[in-house]
Amino acid sequence: MQVPAPFTYERAGSVDEALSLLGRYGPEARLVAGGHSLIPMMKLRLARPEALIDINGLAELDYIRVDGDHLAIGALTRHASVLDSPVLREHYRIFAEAERVIADPLVRNRGTVGGSLCQADPSEDLSAVFAALRGEVVVRSASGTRRVALREFHVGPYETAVGDGEILVEVRVPIRTSVGSAYEKVERRAGDWSIAAVGAFVVLDGDVISDVGIGITAVGAEHFTCQAAEELLLGSSVQDALVETAAATCAAACNPSVDQRGPEDYKRHLVSVLASRALHRSISAARGEVA
Amino acid sequence: MMKVQIEVNGKETSAEVDDRLLLVHYLRNTLGLTGTHWGCDTSNCGACAVWLDGIPVKSCTTLAAMADGASVRTVEGLEGDALDPVQQGFIEEHGLQCGFCTPGMMMTARALLDQVPDPDEATIREAISGNLCRCTGYENIVRAIRWAARHEAAAREQQSAHEPQGAAL
Repeated sequence: MQVPAPFTYERAGSVDEALSLLGRYGPEARLVAGGHSLIPMMKLRLARPEALIDINGLAELDYIRVDGDHLAIGALTRHASVLDSPVLREHYRIFAEAERVIADPLVRNRGTVGGSLCQADPSEDLSAVFAALRGEVVVRSASGTRRVALREFHVGPYETAVGDGEILVEVRVPIRTSVGSAYEKVERRAGDWSIAAVGAFVVLDGDVISDVGIGITAVGAEHFTCQAAEELLLGSSVQDALVETAAATCAAACNPSVDQRGPEDYKRHLVSVLASRALHRSISAARGEVA
Repeated sequence: MMKVQIEVNGKETSAEVDDRLLLVHYLRNTLGLTGTHWGCDTSNCGACAVWLDGIPVKSCTTLAAMADGASVRTVEGLEGDALDPVQQGFIEEHGLQCGFCTPGMMMTARALLDQVPDPDEATIREAISGNLCRCTGYENIVRAIRWAARHEAAAREQQSAHEPQGAAL
């Protein structure tokens, strides 16, 4: 039987209460929402927090809404809600396309957006989605709130910019028009982590790519993206050869590790194929063609 | 240690539990409700699926403490006056062999049919994709859930045929 090491369980009824509990228990306390990453790690004793602060009761952080020219997603929003959200679907298909291949329906009923980002698994899908869309996170502490660009959020594997005594409360994504987006993932079996996955959005001004974002996960891409490929595409008119060059740039720039999911050359090949597909489908969607 | 109060299959339960006790072990060991199976222990197999406030979740990855004040439904809570149509469907279509995955499968299937009364095969397969079966190849499980859907549709039709056609009558 796998059992976590002993800890003290606390339940927070508000963000303020969660912050005060974090203050009381100090750096060895962890917030828990869905728990579908943290609790398995605790069972394996890879994580041994002294206190778990349950934030499942913070209904104030469970929302998806339009906030001016941004989409705002509360940290406690479950994966299932992201998958089913008409608002997100209207603006960015990348959300539903990514969510459909994150874990399985039961896990998606529990797992949260904030928890996924803060777990900061190097193969996590939403990190690539929000990196592609140039999202930012809102982090609260007792002394106020600050915003961190998603591309500066990950400090390393399983490490984020969220410090002691802080809580991620919201993720924000700019709303764009004439935009298409897509997510492409290859996994060994249904519900598994990615071998590689690439997400993209493209904004077209006529035939010119006036804005573009690429997100890459599971293959050691710096900041879950490839800026060189984005720069190559930005301001150019749509050409197949250019998309292929950008995809090859993604493949060359990432840094896949060799593991049971495959060798390096295979993973690079995947990145190039998936980047090409994600970009082509984003372009088609931006043109209003049915993907 | 802490005291939890959890409504399980409509009955209030309460116990002093270790903060780290998992919901699956609360159900099986504290309450003796061994219908919920304890499988992979890694959130993969879904044998431990139960409803938490009406939503199917994996109880090996949920703390009993997290369910304090909530309502839980397990496979023991499926049967009413008669077997639930999902249970009957698993009998009619031979939806199990060893039976280990069956409680989780049925809880997930019940939740699906409550949301989508007439699911097609793809919808069923997607819904049970977090429940692993090593025996059946899933074919008969899908048929069992379809059986339940058909049975419930027929029951609904029969019921509406017996209802008056409007208040004016």
